Amino acid sequence: MTGGPTFGVGRVRWAWFIVAALLLLLLPAVTGTNTPTLLLIWALFALSLGLMWGFAGILSFGHAAYFGLGAYTYAIASTNVGESTGPLLLAIIVPAAVAAGIGAMMFYGRISDVYMGVITLVVTLILFKFMSATAGDAYRIGTARLGGFNGIPAFPVLNVPGDTSITIFGTPFYYLVTVLLTLCYLLCRWILGSWFGRVLIGIRENEARVELLGYSAPLYKTAIFTISAAMAGLAGCLFANWAEIVTPGVFSLGQSAEVIIWTIVGGLGTLAGPIIGAIVLGYLKLLLGQQTLIDNSLVLGLILVLVVLLLPSGLLPALTRWRTRRDRASVSKRQAGSTRRRRGHRGDGR
Amino acid sequence: MDYAAVVFLEILYMIAFLALTSAGLAVVFGMMRVINLAHGEFVMIGGYVTIAATRAGVDIFFSMLVLSPLVVGLLGLVVERIVIRHLYGRMIDTMLATWGLSLLMVGLVTLIFGNTAVSVTAPIQSYQVGAYQMGGYNLFIIAVAILLMIALWLVLRYTRLGLVARGAMQNADVASSLGYNPQKIYMWTFTAGAALSGLAGGVMAPLTGLLPSSGSLYIAKSFITVITGGAAIISGTLASSIIFGTVDQIVSFGSTPVIGEIVMLALAIIVLRLMPQGITGRFFKNST
Repeated sequence: MTGGPTFGVGRVRWAWFIVAALLLLLLPAVTGTNTPTLLLIWALFALSLGLMWGFAGILSFGHAAYFGLGAYTYAIASTNVGESTGPLLLAIIVPAAVAAGIGAMMFYGRISDVYMGVITLVVTLILFKFMSATAGDAYRIGTARLGGFNGIPAFPVLNVPGDTSITIFGTPFYYLVTVLLTLCYLLCRWILGSWFGRVLIGIRENEARVELLGYSAPLYKTAIFTISAAMAGLAGCLFANWAEIVTPGVFSLGQSAEVIIWTIVGGLGTLAGPIIGAIVLGYLKLLLGQQTLIDNSLVLGLILVLVVLLLPSGLLPALTRWRTRRDRASVSKRQAGSTRRRRGHRGDGR
Repeated sequence: MDYAAVVFLEILYMIAFLALTSAGLAVVFGMMRVINLAHGEFVMIGGYVTIAATRAGVDIFFSMLVLSPLVVGLLGLVVERIVIRHLYGRMIDTMLATWGLSLLMVGLVTLIFGNTAVSVTAPIQSYQVGAYQMGGYNLFIIAVAILLMIALWLVLRYTRLGLVARGAMQNADVASSLGYNPQKIYMWTFTAGAALSGLAGGVMAPLTGLLPSSGSLYIAKSFITVITGGAAIISGTLASSIIFGTVDQIVSFGSTPVIGEIVMLALAIIVLRLMPQGITGRFFKNST
């Protein structure tokens, strides 16, 4: 089931994939694209964390750092350059480079889970504090003013490569996001099916054993951290294009918490889980935002506590488990194995 | 000369602030290896209790020194019974669950008090140092922090309670074979930690004013203070409070408070990288 290491994961999953892709493509015929676009951007962000956390067992408590870096990089670069192709690439490269540096520092330093949590959290806080304090003319990169709490408004949005007069927004932007999300999903599938992905899953299961087989765990962890940050950066860049303004809020603790909640609620060790989690909970957040009776963070917090206590591997794996139990299929042995596996890598508190 | 005195007092205040707001987290982390991400919200709620009680006519010192610790301690007890006790030994899950609690509490306080700033005036007048106006209340905070550290040390070192707590911290199995129930020890430790956070919140409330989201002001600083301090509760908290407090204030005087805070956070990352077990994991190994 989850985390199947092969690329050919079976017809059923590909059928689901095609159905989902078709639904996404047909959606604009039924409803507006503004909200779905945002939800899919969040889904991409959650996918980036789900890849790293669910399969390599690395939890970043401050994944918003890379999301925000992507958004800010795009805004700053596109203000300076005036077109979007270069900035889009930069918005992927900069977060990836930062993550490579921080990841190498943490993983080669053999820092334990908890300390890693603290470091990733502190990195986000530093960025948040810094960006909030950049009001005034002194803080500018090229022609882009960082703008402190107010952020950077009015930068050029995405345009068709080579022609700045044709900008991409509205329904075409929705399709672009859909295609990028699909490509990233396929990229994740491909990574997990390759030898690289197998080593990663091996590290999650038992790091010492993988190292004894001759693989350098810090190298692989740094690599997946970098890939995940690049994907988060892309999501951040798309978010900047959706919102058409970038504020320090992208670095906030709330943003980091939300992506963790989406991922864990959807299901660890799956790729579809984080995507579904982000879409469902993101939609819930938007609904809650329309009323003032119940605070949004109250609901999110309650969900997180309940999921950690009652459903530690998330909805999708729990659902799959329940279905398998009902079917009493012959794979029950493998199920038990993978459940134990997931409890193990998150629960030993090293 | 006056300026030097002002800088010195500010550094002292920052150290006291860090030690005071981190003590609750340090007790819980040092004894139980539990990282409580809702710590900032415990502090925040402590502050709200003080402000609410003062507005209701209760003496401000009584509300901050007695009511806040009591109420937040009780809250801690409830949280431990409902959530934390199911998660011992699962550090990452504990962090996630307490993060959820933190969001939940922010939401609850917003619901009750609204998303507006509340404050209460400091009960101690300011005084002059040469040409500079200094907050007299800062001295009170320094005094509270010193007394708290001494009291903690005395309790841990010289009382039966402290002995049992330290024993359970070193080896829970041995403590339980000697007839002490680790579950119970953990429960009271968490409660005590929460009470300390409440005390910090109450004492800080007149100085900072409060929003439902104020907890996040404390969490980062307390976090790095406790984690870089390491497992030894008192010497660890003191060592890292002194380092971070001094660095923060000196950089702040040289530039802006924001830069000071950023430098402090960046320094924390470097220290953690160099000493993954914290300062007391490397030095002062046998201290409390």
